[in-house]
Amino acid sequence: MAKSPQTMFEKVWRQHEVIGESAETPAVLYIDLHLIHEVTSPQAFSVLRERGLPVRRVDLTLATMDHSTPTRTEQIFGGAPISIDSAAKQIRELEINCAQFGVELLGLRHAQRGIVHIIGPELGITQPGKTVVCGDSHTSTHGALGALAFGIGTTEVGHVLATQCLLQRKPRTFALNVSGRLRPGVTAKDLILGIIGKIGVGGGTGHVIEYRGETIRGLDMDERMTICNMSIEAGARAGMIAPDETTYRYLAGRPRAPQGEAWERAVERWRQLPTDEGASFDKQVDIDASSLEPMITYGTNPGMVIPISSSIPTRANDAVFAKSLAYMGLEAGAPIKDQPVNVVFLGSCTNGRISDLRSAAGVMRGRKVAKGVQMLVIPGSQQVKKEAEAEGLDRVFIDAGAEWRESGCSMCLGMNGDLVPKGQYSVSTSNRNFEGRQGIGARTLLASPLTAAASAVRGRVTDPRELMS
Amino acid sequence: MKAVQTLSSRTVVLPSSNIDTDQIIPARFLTTTTREGLGRSLFADWRYDAQGTPKPDFILNRPEAAGCRILVAGCNFGCGSSREHAPWALLDYGIQAVISTEIADIFRSNSLKNGFLPVVVDQATSDWLLANPGAEVTIDVAQTTLSLPTGTRVKFPLEDFSRYCLLNGVDELGFLLDRQPQIEAYERQRQI
Repeated sequence: MAKSPQTMFEKVWRQHEVIGESAETPAVLYIDLHLIHEVTSPQAFSVLRERGLPVRRVDLTLATMDHSTPTRTEQIFGGAPISIDSAAKQIRELEINCAQFGVELLGLRHAQRGIVHIIGPELGITQPGKTVVCGDSHTSTHGALGALAFGIGTTEVGHVLATQCLLQRKPRTFALNVSGRLRPGVTAKDLILGIIGKIGVGGGTGHVIEYRGETIRGLDMDERMTICNMSIEAGARAGMIAPDETTYRYLAGRPRAPQGEAWERAVERWRQLPTDEGASFDKQVDIDASSLEPMITYGTNPGMVIPISSSIPTRANDAVFAKSLAYMGLEAGAPIKDQPVNVVFLGSCTNGRISDLRSAAGVMRGRKVAKGVQMLVIPGSQQVKKEAEAEGLDRVFIDAGAEWRESGCSMCLGMNGDLVPKGQYSVSTSNRNFEGRQGIGARTLLASPLTAAASAVRGRVTDPRELMS
Repeated sequence: MKAVQTLSSRTVVLPSSNIDTDQIIPARFLTTTTREGLGRSLFADWRYDAQGTPKPDFILNRPEAAGCRILVAGCNFGCGSSREHAPWALLDYGIQAVISTEIADIFRSNSLKNGFLPVVVDQATSDWLLANPGAEVTIDVAQTTLSLPTGTRVKFPLEDFSRYCLLNGVDELGFLLDRQPQIEAYERQRQI
């Protein structure tokens, strides 16, 4: 008898059920890859110590440092002290925990260190059909390769360390169908911002989104990662994109991807993953990508987003909306374009990959960062940094007057001291424009690397198409 | 985890929707390696001015909020970052439950693992609570009900397993460790 059609999510879920869920208990779900970083793991290792437990599968666990990690070269390679004492202690504690429990650590000076969600795919350790977790909500990024990847809390980090399993209720499924070609100057970042603007910051709650359709098929892997990365900004548990030839071409030959015959077998298995024809989803939304413009946020959550040529909406009798605009120092009804900018941040797990740096450099080549604007360019990983330097992208940014530093989360959340000063406007390629996210009183406008670069050059919010030949 | 059967308290109200975990505890307080002492950083940027002085207008700094253990908030509470420091900070401060029309997935999961009660109610109940700060309400975990001073009692969703863990103070790690034989059996047939 033919099996009933299944979604990709259901296939991956079923393959990882150690024990299926029942009315009384959640499923016991097996985890293929557990990524660890310095901020959300110390209390989990403490629990292992208290209970005398080992890490069950060190071979499925990989640690790096990114969140509170400095981006100043002298603090990483030059022996200068890390400027925040508590951050230095947290980094040291991760080193100790990894050494004591036998977990592999891509540490401070390792050539493969980087933002945890950049290095997983880059190393080829994130693979289609895997379950991937990390104590970080942007773990959804890894879903771009057809993995089921989601963020967990520290208690759950402890569960995975001790048992390689999680207790989980099965989320619902959500098909996000995207059709139409993105216009020149409109990027994957604009697409995901447009999607969040449409479905809302809680629109995906309780669901795993599968991004589908011709537009998604046409995106390269870096672009797909940008899309899946911000699934959490729509409230979704995870985002996934079916693996295809683009995925296999990206993974082939990466250091931790299967090699030789194992590769052939893996690809054969991965080809079974995409959603079966006729499978049904709990929810569906259609998006026309061809009508999108470059998008930019104006408020304090990523759903407060508009096309760059339009004006900030007006909402009468909405105190929360008014409070958000007051924080931003922006007025309802005013255009967002030409809003003066103080800081531009290019980087993060959303837009810190090589293609993001290339596209921003394309706008900035031969141009200067506007007077009075600080631009910080932070590659997503040390590998991205090396690749960018080999192409001379670092020179483009440095010659323009931007700062070029070591990899990390940096100004996306400012844990390492890379902060936007109070009251200043930051056009940022990161994922969250929450109050205070980039620093106390910082005002964040989320946008694509193209828009960020164009805004850096002009010193005000700029449609990148005005600077593109 | 400490067992929780019922919780009765006056409410404190933060009407904003989409209160994210960066507001609950800003990232700069996350360079800690323990769970303790996070209560002082709860809602830090709303509670204190640049000099660290409490802002008198912020609700948690007002006398009527003293001793309130139940927070009423706008929809989509706890969205954003997965930091478990958010429920840790709330609990350390003395808040043990949040009532909202919608609670973000990871925050909800983190809450339940720490004995913090995520209570999702319908819009009408939420509207009443938002309009009546300081109302004395009772959350009954066994019955999965919220009782208002008007006499109204509403059910809230809580799956049986979470309810069992809350009522008995059971932590999930013990449950998982007891499943070692099944985990080993799975590992023997695992592909990848």
